[in-house]
Amino acid sequence: MNTIPLDLQIVNALAALLLLLSFSMLSQRRIVSLVNLLAMQGLLLTVATLMVAWRTGETHLYLSGLLTFALKVLFLPWLLHRLIRRLEVYWDTEPLLNIPGTMLVGVLIVVFAFGLAQPIAELASETTRNSIGIAVAVILLSFLMMITRSKAMSQVVGFLSMENGLFFGAMSTTRGMPMVVELGIALDILVAMLVLGVFFFQIREQFDSLDLHHLESLKEGD
Amino acid sequence: MNWLNWLDQFIEVLVALAAAPLLLGWVNMCRAWLQNRSAPSLLQPYRGIRKLLHKDAVLAHNASSLFRIAPYIIFGTMVAAAAMIPMLGTRLPFTAAADAIALVGLFAAARMFLSLAAMDVGTAFGTLGARREMMVGFLAEPTLLMVIFVASLMTATTALPLIAENLAAAQLAIHPSLLFTAVAFAMVMLAENARIPVDNPATHLELTMIHEAMLLEYSARHLALMEWAAALKLFNYACIGLALFVPWGLASNGDPIRLGLAIVLLAGKLAVIGAGLALIETLSAKLRVFRAPEFLATAFLLAVLGLLVRLLQVAR
Amino acid sequence: MLLRASRRPGGAPESALTTLLALVTAWLAIGLAGLIRPRSLEFAGRALFVAGAVVGLLLAIVAAMSIALPAESVVLPIGLPDLPVHLRRDALSSVFLFLLGSASVGISLFAAGYFRSGEGTLPGVLCLEYHLFLAAMAMVLLADDAYAFMVAWETMALSSYFLVTTQHRIPEIRRAGFLYLLIAHVGAIAILLAFGILQGGSWQFTFDAMRGAQLPPIWAFAAFALALFGFGAKAGLVPMHVWLPEAHPAAPSPVSALMSGVMLKTAIYGMLRITFDLIGTPTWWWGLIPLGLGLFTALYGVIFAATQSDMKRLLAYSSIENIGILFTGIGLAIVFHGVGMDAMAALALIAVLYHAINHAFMKSLLFLSTGAVLHATGERNLGHLGGLIHRMPWVAWLTLVGVLAIAGLPPLNGFVSEWLLLQAFLLAHEVPKPFVNMLLPLGAALLVLSAALAGYVMVKFYGIVFLGQPREAALHDAHDASVLERVGLVWLAAGCVLLGLLPAQIVPMLAGVVADLGINASAAVTSAQSWWMLAPLPARSISYAPLVFTLAVVSAVLVTVLVGRLVYRRRTRRADPWDCGYERINPRMQDTAEGFGQPIRHLFQPFFAMDRELPSPFDRAPRYRVVVFDRLWRLLYLPIERIVQRAANAVSVLQQGRISAYLLYSFVTLIVLLASVL
Repeated sequence: MNTIPLDLQIVNALAALLLLLSFSMLSQRRIVSLVNLLAMQGLLLTVATLMVAWRTGETHLYLSGLLTFALKVLFLPWLLHRLIRRLEVYWDTEPLLNIPGTMLVGVLIVVFAFGLAQPIAELASETTRNSIGIAVAVILLSFLMMITRSKAMSQVVGFLSMENGLFFGAMSTTRGMPMVVELGIALDILVAMLVLGVFFFQIREQFDSLDLHHLESLKEGD
Repeated sequence: MNWLNWLDQFIEVLVALAAAPLLLGWVNMCRAWLQNRSAPSLLQPYRGIRKLLHKDAVLAHNASSLFRIAPYIIFGTMVAAAAMIPMLGTRLPFTAAADAIALVGLFAAARMFLSLAAMDVGTAFGTLGARREMMVGFLAEPTLLMVIFVASLMTATTALPLIAENLAAAQLAIHPSLLFTAVAFAMVMLAENARIPVDNPATHLELTMIHEAMLLEYSARHLALMEWAAALKLFNYACIGLALFVPWGLASNGDPIRLGLAIVLLAGKLAVIGAGLALIETLSAKLRVFRAPEFLATAFLLAVLGLLVRLLQVAR
Repeated sequence: MLLRASRRPGGAPESALTTLLALVTAWLAIGLAGLIRPRSLEFAGRALFVAGAVVGLLLAIVAAMSIALPAESVVLPIGLPDLPVHLRRDALSSVFLFLLGSASVGISLFAAGYFRSGEGTLPGVLCLEYHLFLAAMAMVLLADDAYAFMVAWETMALSSYFLVTTQHRIPEIRRAGFLYLLIAHVGAIAILLAFGILQGGSWQFTFDAMRGAQLPPIWAFAAFALALFGFGAKAGLVPMHVWLPEAHPAAPSPVSALMSGVMLKTAIYGMLRITFDLIGTPTWWWGLIPLGLGLFTALYGVIFAATQSDMKRLLAYSSIENIGILFTGIGLAIVFHGVGMDAMAALALIAVLYHAINHAFMKSLLFLSTGAVLHATGERNLGHLGGLIHRMPWVAWLTLVGVLAIAGLPPLNGFVSEWLLLQAFLLAHEVPKPFVNMLLPLGAALLVLSAALAGYVMVKFYGIVFLGQPREAALHDAHDASVLERVGLVWLAAGCVLLGLLPAQIVPMLAGVVADLGINASAAVTSAQSWWMLAPLPARSISYAPLVFTLAVVSAVLVTVLVGRLVYRRRTRRADPWDCGYERINPRMQDTAEGFGQPIRHLFQPFFAMDRELPSPFDRAPRYRVVVFDRLWRLLYLPIERIVQRAANAVSVLQQGRISAYLLYSFVTLIVLLASVL
């Protein structure tokens, strides 16, 4: 076994845990737990970013790590929890595809993502191969979660988790994006969350529920 | 194959036989401490077995001979299984004869005999226990095999002692795949040994019992053997876990000093595992029977994910 | 490839092929002899079947000895003029002939004690059909041209159809027989078309010409796909499996055993023959189709087996599972062979051949034991059985061997082939194709899952039939199997044990067969292999020594018994069952077959279409009813039936019932024909 530096081993392990969290999200029906899992994902991202920062010695990665922590571990979960309490949505209704079925599709998605990552990983350095595959898998799994859930709240969590996957992939392969881009994305998410929060209240005012079924009659004449 | 290796093999089986109830006693003791109860003696399981061996055996009228020989078969398979698991040393003469797949098969055979024996008298509880045991089994068995597959992918062998030897010799590194499989294995171990999230070893009169429901018609020597076999099974599983995930400190030859050292080390590792088991059992609640498959399916999923992560690493 | 070229034209007088042909003729003669005194059960139903068993034994011996011999062929001038019958025996044929002969010994002996008078068809006719069936299967294995193959194939299908409908007075049995015949013929058409493609424009329908034909890849694939469909229909590959659970319960038990144990394997033989011999160079991705279908079939079969309440249907579904495992192995071998990993391909194919033989023994054993139970009790429904281990100890203990074997438990034979297949699967990640190298190891997970479920099914089968309390009063009068029946069962059980204990003898033989198919099998048997230890693949340290393993387990059990005798000094007495202190236990409190299958129904709900009737809590006479359907019936077969109906209705427009209209049709046909000739 060729030697991999310890910090990269840890990043790899964190990547694996990130994948695990994505699967836990897929199987979780309680929205509160979903938000907690999202916070844990943020924590993993923070640690991974700091690891990479320590390795490359780039200061902007430290900053980015701190930003991740503040935004994804503290602020967004807090906001979401507040929203949940205010809106009183604790459970998602039965997902469109049952949990074991979702899991099965999830495993196939992982196979697909890993297979997809193989040629990319050959171009990248040996050590980041794991991370690319897992980042793609996390993105696709979050997508799957958004597809199978019916509550707007869980879809927002899926969206945020997708962003986490993107962030992880970018961070682990290219040593992070330029600071400006990262700040931009962070701001985007923040604004998006606030807008969505307002939007949720509006939806509930209108339909007395956060179930997205009510938004589905997009065609006229139904 | 020198005689020291044979000695090692022999000592190993003896240690397993003798220490299995001790491990059970230790788990019970830790559990009592954690739950603020006064703990039973460490030797309580031995006393239980001794007591049972001094009683008249009672058999149901329509118990067949299958019912009578099943305890011996189950106990014998567990002893044979102990011989295949590297507990003290890795140079077991038995290595070439039976690999990890055969070991899983052996566990399956024991489970099948247990379930058949439970169905033999034809009581409501017996058949119910048998059905549930097989339900747990058909999910736990593939998970265990997938766990072993991951380890065997890393070591190019399916013989458990060689897997342990190769893993111990490899450079120390964090293997994400092994993290996954370790959790999966722990879940299987809980399920297979009738521990708390799946089954409760402490209760009898409960509609959700699995393992105890199958033993209801047994008494005296048969029951003693069954209880001892259950303790051995727990011991075996703990040792498989140690061989896969903490393989350091196994004697790679039959040297008596290293063997002695290995015994001490094994005792230490098992003490930690036992305490951990007690902790899990204290912290978690018994699942409804129909949540048990979900629990095991999660374990299966974890093992499969471990396999995939491993494949991602080695794929060309 | 080299072995294929070396053939002895004509064959020496005492060549194995001649002997085999003589034995097949002997089977035919025995069958015809049944017509001498067709009503005599003693003669046609007993003596001739024993004679058939002897012929089977000789056939098995000759076939086993001829496995290592070079291929030989012969041309017999029978049949249509200018269309002689080409026959050939090579290693592959020999293995399957061995399977046929050795399994038929046990089945024929059992059958000699099984048939009673007054059950539908006369004993003499039955004897003819039975031996014709055996002979036809042997001819399928020996045929060396498409013509002979199809004739033998159809004879096999027809004779087994008549055997299935032995009790033709029962409408369900007639219906089951019709379904069987229908699917068999749809499959046969596909096989015929496959041969049509394989001749590759030479219009020579001998297998030799097909081997030589150079097919464009697309046509080769078409032939492969047609063969997969045709042989899959015969073997019971999902979705062509529907006939199996109907035909097997309908047939008398020895016939079920023969069909499930042996006839399904002729389809495996055909698949191997066309893929590896006639096409010769399968492309790697073809293998993914049988692999995927096989895995699905295995899981599908075993899940349905777990929910059955008729013991023969349960076994039929279990056969479907095993066919799935066999096709999985074939697919895996094609993938490995296609990417040049011949050692693993050889391992997978050895596993397939081994499992085919294993399944012949264990499934025949189980089907025969259901026959014994059926005769003793008159019941096939698991809900009316139970506790038979007390009344029928012979059958019960011998069945236990088969049950443990088919559940894949060491040291019996089912474990060996599953071990080999798993070892091959463990290397699947080295296939240098993206996606596939990740998907294939997941296949191993599915395979293991279905193997574990097989254990569940077998506990259900055995526990409900033989253990517990009798569910009906009539069961107290059940009688054990007759002597001849017992001998047949012992033969098959002994086969299960020996095949489990001596794989190190058998695997090198099978490796020779695989090498004969053009796959380099040299690495499948390593130098570490000895007469008691199996050790394939040199790069990996894997080995299995069932004899040592068994010795260890048995000695551990014996020591336990011995020490128990020495230490334990107390008495043993009998009492009522305890059951947690509940006093009034009755047999109806035991788990039913439906109850035992309930967890599976619950867990794998999407597979089933269920019809459920639950009592309300206030029902005076509560009735619980659940019927499980095969979802594929509704998804696939009923739509096809509707389409056929509609097409038939459209055609019926032509039927005018007036002479002039029919004359007009003839006239138009004539004109069209003449025009096309011009």
